[in-house]
Amino acid sequence: MALEDFCSFRNNPHLWTPASLLPPLQNPASSTPGIPKHNHSGRRRSELSNKDDGPPLHLSLPPASAARCLMPTVRRPFPLTHGTTTLGFVFQGGVIAAADTRASAGGLVACPEVHKIIPVHSHLVVTSSGSGADCVLWARALEREIRLYRLRHGRVLSVRGTAKLLAFMLHPFKGTDVCVALTLCGWDQGPNGGPRDGVDQGSAGSSGDATATEALIRIEGTSPAPGHVTQSPVSEQSGLSSSSSSSSSSSSSSSPYSISSTSSTAREGPKVIYVCSDGARLQGELFSVGSGSPYAYGILDGGLRWTLSREEAFSLAREAVFRATHRDAYSGNNVDLVYITEKGWSRRDREDLKEEYYTRKEEIGKIVEERCRKTD
Amino acid sequence: MEYLIGIQGPDFVLVAADSVAASSIIKMKDDHDKMFKLSDNILLLCVGEAGDTVQFAEYIQKNVQLYKMRNGYELSPTAAANFTRKNLADYLRSRTPYHVNLLLAGYDQADGPALFYMDHLSALAKAPFAAHGYGAFLTLSILDRYYKPGGWTGEQDASLLSILNKRFILNLPSFNVRAIDKEGVHDLEKVFKHAYLRSRGDFRY
Repeated sequence: MALEDFCSFRNNPHLWTPASLLPPLQNPASSTPGIPKHNHSGRRRSELSNKDDGPPLHLSLPPASAARCLMPTVRRPFPLTHGTTTLGFVFQGGVIAAADTRASAGGLVACPEVHKIIPVHSHLVVTSSGSGADCVLWARALEREIRLYRLRHGRVLSVRGTAKLLAFMLHPFKGTDVCVALTLCGWDQGPNGGPRDGVDQGSAGSSGDATATEALIRIEGTSPAPGHVTQSPVSEQSGLSSSSSSSSSSSSSSSPYSISSTSSTAREGPKVIYVCSDGARLQGELFSVGSGSPYAYGILDGGLRWTLSREEAFSLAREAVFRATHRDAYSGNNVDLVYITEKGWSRRDREDLKEEYYTRKEEIGKIVEERCRKTD
Repeated sequence: MEYLIGIQGPDFVLVAADSVAASSIIKMKDDHDKMFKLSDNILLLCVGEAGDTVQFAEYIQKNVQLYKMRNGYELSPTAAANFTRKNLADYLRSRTPYHVNLLLAGYDQADGPALFYMDHLSALAKAPFAAHGYGAFLTLSILDRYYKPGGWTGEQDASLLSILNKRFILNLPSFNVRAIDKEGVHDLEKVFKHAYLRSRGDFRY
């Protein structure tokens, strides 16, 4: 199975570490006189790492120097750039993640139809920017780890936990040429909810009914639901928004974007967390990453409110990506939009921004014509 | 770009940090908390290279808490500062040094308030007042002029922040301010330039 091979599961079923990808001379199980065995040391392998009891205790960082000195820098065949525009923000109706679809290599558009928004599980997507290869690899590695966590613990890891896990996975490669800047956009389920297959929950109020034991016993298919375009019925949406706004208003005194940012420390609800290969890990309400991000910030900072309706949030995100692709040479082609609610993620159809541009140009042309006709 | 300041008063320590998390020219977050609570009476303020700050500070934080679990009593601020310095020094000459600048502030029931300055070369100094960052160039002289041991009552706090607003080319609009005394850590009113607009749910400011 491809995933098994990727995990090198057959060779080392109980070990996970980036160092397992290195040649075997770095086997930490063999005693090396130079490495002190401190239980609490941050970067040396814990003595307990030989026990096969599930989650990798040696997440406390394998020797980072190994990665940096053993992997010689390979000469790049062509210049890699970080051309992209991705964004993610929270609002009363959930989380919006949007991205363009262009992959550039120097001045060449290597692929005009890339998927930069990658699902990790039913309630979490990752928008990727940086080096395309690295992003695909690390998103897949994260998916693997989250799936393993769910199999071991019977519940899905929170978005904050996922971000921390990802930051620790990336840490040994700090200082090397790994370049990823991922924005995790997801919805944390409360204790009563659980990750579900599919987003097509008929009953809006089902989250309260599913008990924790049900979530544990049910062996869920771990592949996330295929996205589909939904325009949920108005009643469902209003029910969703009222429940989420009531939960958020109960958790914070003033607005959910208040200074003490209680919404970000709340257990449940929408979350956006930025993780990059430098090691930065930031939780917030709005992030835009990539070469087109300053242009996107201009649109988003002007229009973003907590109280946006879902359609307004869609149009804001599309507008931001559209304006960024217009100005930034390394972003373009289409815009992908994914929104995440309590029920999971779902994807809107990909929209071609070229059409958008020409449609708008026509409209502006018409307005100008009207004005000229009136003044004549 | 980042700014930390600490001032030791007669029975408290006042610390402040700017709350911007930046990535090249963009402010990714403007309400980022750079203070880490090591225990009920000790705060670690940490700035420096992007990933190193949180990794190192959380590592120290967890180890201080582990000490309390193992031994039943907490590390004093002096002991915590020396532990931090030792770890920083150990990694300094490895292939992966942590590039972080720290202030450690705490209140010891026996010894009173303490403020420690530590830099990325793991120099440690106990000081009555200290600052990190470019803003330090502007504010240390004010502290030199007006500080008297046992005499900092906090009235001159406004002048410190106003000199940054007036003279520092980079805009630092918001700070987290906390005070540590014998009762523990207290959040003081966060200093925001446009707090009233944010309270309306409008986070453009």
